[in-house]
Amino acid sequence: MTDRMVSGGRATSAPIMGHDEEPTIFELSSPGRKAWSFRTTDVPEWTAEELIPAEHLRSEGLQVTEVSERDLVAHFTRLTHRQYSVDLGAYPLGSCTMKYNPKLCDDAASLPGLTDVHPSAPASLTQGWLELLASLADTLCAVTGMHSCTLQPPAGAAGELTGLLLMRAFHEAHAGGAGNAGSRQRTKVIIPDSAHGTNPASVTLGGYETVTVPSDERGCVDVAALRERLDENVAGIMLTNPNTLGLFEEDIVEIARAVHEVGGLLYYDGANLNAILGVTRPGDMGFDIVHMNLHKTFAVPHGGGGPGAGPVAVSERLAPYLPGPLPVRGADGTYRWEVPAQSIGRVHSWHGNALALARAYSYILANGGDGLRRVAEAAVLNANWLRHRLRGVYDIPYDRPNMHEFVASTVSLKKASGLKAIDVAKRLLEEGFHSPTTYFPLIVDEALMIEPTETESPQTLEAMAQALERIAADPTDAKEAPRTTPVRRVDEARAARQLIPTFDARP
Amino acid sequence: MGHFVPHTDAELAEMLAFIGLSSLDELFETIPGALRLSEGLAVAPGLSEPDVMAEMTRLADANRSGRDLLCFAGGGAYDHEVPAATRRLAFRSEFVTAYTPYQPEVAQGVLQALFEYQTLVSRLAGVEVANASLYDGASATVEAINLAVAATGRERVWLSHGVNPTWREVVHTFAAGTGHDIVDVPLHDGLTAWPGGGEAGAVVVQYPNYLGGIESLVEARAAADRAGALLIVAFDPVAAGLLHSPGHLGADVVVGEGQPFGTPMSLGGPYLGLFACRLQHVRRLPGRLVGETVDVDGRRAYVTTLRTREQDIRREKASSNVCTNQTLIAVCCAIQMSWLGTSGVRELALRCARGTRYTRDALLGIDGVEAHSGAPTLREFAVRTPVPATTLVERMADEGFLAGVPLTDDYGDGLLVAVTERRTRAEIDAYVDAMGKVLR
Repeated sequence: MTDRMVSGGRATSAPIMGHDEEPTIFELSSPGRKAWSFRTTDVPEWTAEELIPAEHLRSEGLQVTEVSERDLVAHFTRLTHRQYSVDLGAYPLGSCTMKYNPKLCDDAASLPGLTDVHPSAPASLTQGWLELLASLADTLCAVTGMHSCTLQPPAGAAGELTGLLLMRAFHEAHAGGAGNAGSRQRTKVIIPDSAHGTNPASVTLGGYETVTVPSDERGCVDVAALRERLDENVAGIMLTNPNTLGLFEEDIVEIARAVHEVGGLLYYDGANLNAILGVTRPGDMGFDIVHMNLHKTFAVPHGGGGPGAGPVAVSERLAPYLPGPLPVRGADGTYRWEVPAQSIGRVHSWHGNALALARAYSYILANGGDGLRRVAEAAVLNANWLRHRLRGVYDIPYDRPNMHEFVASTVSLKKASGLKAIDVAKRLLEEGFHSPTTYFPLIVDEALMIEPTETESPQTLEAMAQALERIAADPTDAKEAPRTTPVRRVDEARAARQLIPTFDARP
Repeated sequence: MGHFVPHTDAELAEMLAFIGLSSLDELFETIPGALRLSEGLAVAPGLSEPDVMAEMTRLADANRSGRDLLCFAGGGAYDHEVPAATRRLAFRSEFVTAYTPYQPEVAQGVLQALFEYQTLVSRLAGVEVANASLYDGASATVEAINLAVAATGRERVWLSHGVNPTWREVVHTFAAGTGHDIVDVPLHDGLTAWPGGGEAGAVVVQYPNYLGGIESLVEARAAADRAGALLIVAFDPVAAGLLHSPGHLGADVVVGEGQPFGTPMSLGGPYLGLFACRLQHVRRLPGRLVGETVDVDGRRAYVTTLRTREQDIRREKASSNVCTNQTLIAVCCAIQMSWLGTSGVRELALRCARGTRYTRDALLGIDGVEAHSGAPTLREFAVRTPVPATTLVERMADEGFLAGVPLTDDYGDGLLVAVTERRTRAEIDAYVDAMGKVLR
């Protein structure tokens, strides 16, 4: 494949207008200038003093911005020229599943019949939305092998906390029953040392204590060490499968049995669900609670850091505790909202990130069951191909069949020539690719966590591999990178030491 | 079958051969055989793009919306104008399809937009620092409570009954995990009646409150001082164009729902959790914070900062579990606020207040319609009607109006009505006429 023309890797992150700083919108302001225009309403033009008691009226000034619409549009458009994105090129950020976001999903989620709907409107007026949400929930249950699903959690971490509160509600309801310790004794949640940071942070907010279980030499949960930590004080375990090394937890059935034997529950962190779509299901592995990141697996664009969506699906015995209301189809074919009998309560102001849910639904419709399996196949193939391709160039600490991602390392290169993971990350930006995830998982030194996703072609992977070869071959050069980006390496220590969180805090 | 996997059959075969496999199924041999699905997913086959759009359009058309159902509902979601400039800019794919700005060298666009957003929110709230967004008004309230409890070491929370009831429900949901002691504080004639004594870590008030009443933040501040608590104000960013900022009246933490600035109602999401606080609490700030710095060449640059608060570094000791937030909606909000500008933010609030006054006066002229309380209002108000509010909403839908939000049981029966800058005098007159007809 190396003798072919390769695509990809040509996208540039350099600003079209050069390397000049873009002033802030506040510096572009000019007194008296404005962009707004409001509807002519013929409502009587009372003054503020006639409408609001004087004690409440703002007397202190409020400076916002004073720009023309033309300047406003130019400013934010120039900012987009200082920003890399999936639409520009490959984004192999491990654990983030930065796949192409189909444009049809943008159009689907912009339909006025979906956007122009007040969330309090009764079910009789919003049957289309309820049908969409109920169908999405059913589909997510089919994909994960679970019984029921809440769509409220607006992100993965919110899904995790929702899941832990479901775990808590379940144990409280079953306290004192046969084989069940009271909820007060169940104080611990087990998490592998390779887990995402959101897991332990969510455990704390769920009122539990984190107990870490180490990985074994194969990169999977050390089952013997897990057994030592299991007792009647354990509320459950949170697992990502495949895990953050991109490896499938082959002992999952044994793990599930052992956790269930002490009355604990299994929580599935769905960050890596993309790898197993249509191949296997968390429900079949023995998981009780599953969250999904629709902004990863189901192509909801990441928006520079959200909005995402983190629905939570559960097995039948946990269904009564789900946050309500849930969209439910009645016997007569109409839809209604229904609150489960022992609901833990709402976890969102309304019904979750509804437009993100609509995007995911349109993505599922386009792919279908067969297409979703092809997603997993191509994602896993791409990651394995790239791991083989980079053998001998970078360390591959767990060099065995992986799923949708794998972890490389610069430990040997660092010893030989000082090349660190961060240098590879910064130098790759110059090649027109986004960096992999670096320094994660924590159990691998100088980690480069690479997830190509299924939407990158073999030609793009080859271009990326060649770029990574060039970087390894010239470590000195990599130290200088990046040079072609809108700014070069930034002083993060200074940002924290001399905090400037707003324009007004500038010295 | 999907349309988004680029590989040809020949390429699949070539790649498999390169890694020593002969079929795609062999990719999954590390998964125990008993766990592998023998049949496909119970999900219908994939559709072409036009067929997907036809199905999505069918679902969209099954909702009543827009001109077909003129909106007089609020209660945390409002029918404001979203101008073309905001819509076009917010759909720029560099904003839409970027990840969280982990590599600042290629994320200056999102980082600078967030820096400007933080500045705008902090000015509006009247406190020194704002984060880069949370999920929605409810989650921002929960995070504010967590901050206040950690800062004061007191687990009791005085939660005004004037706070949006769904937000209050969310607060109670998450308190099951944190163990915080949530005490609901009742209203008297539409405004919060604070306890005269006792200790608390957080005092939470909505401004204006759920029923539209403009609370006295002076009294709330005094209550917080008596209790030894931080004052958390859930403010309406639109009303803030006319009202004293919460910070000006002593708020320690200011939260709110940012939807009114540039985001369509969309059945309630994605929205935007506004979160701002006094600088002294910045190390307990939940979520992301963007700060200004320089690059190695001394050029101005932006980066996420004080990262040691965050979950990926602090793990179980983090100030919050937030990772993905609502960045794109925050960027939308910054664009919309800049489009409104200094004069427009005030003008918007004024127009809402005028429409609200006009509608309220007209509705109270209908026989049997009474004000829920005597509290002053700005952009929405509650009325009691001779017909149950849920029935009224159903009947008014036949007349082409979403009449308002029926109050939850704990307020007694009533209808919450909101009027934005989008409603003309003719539309309001038609709404009031229809209400008169339905109530006759």
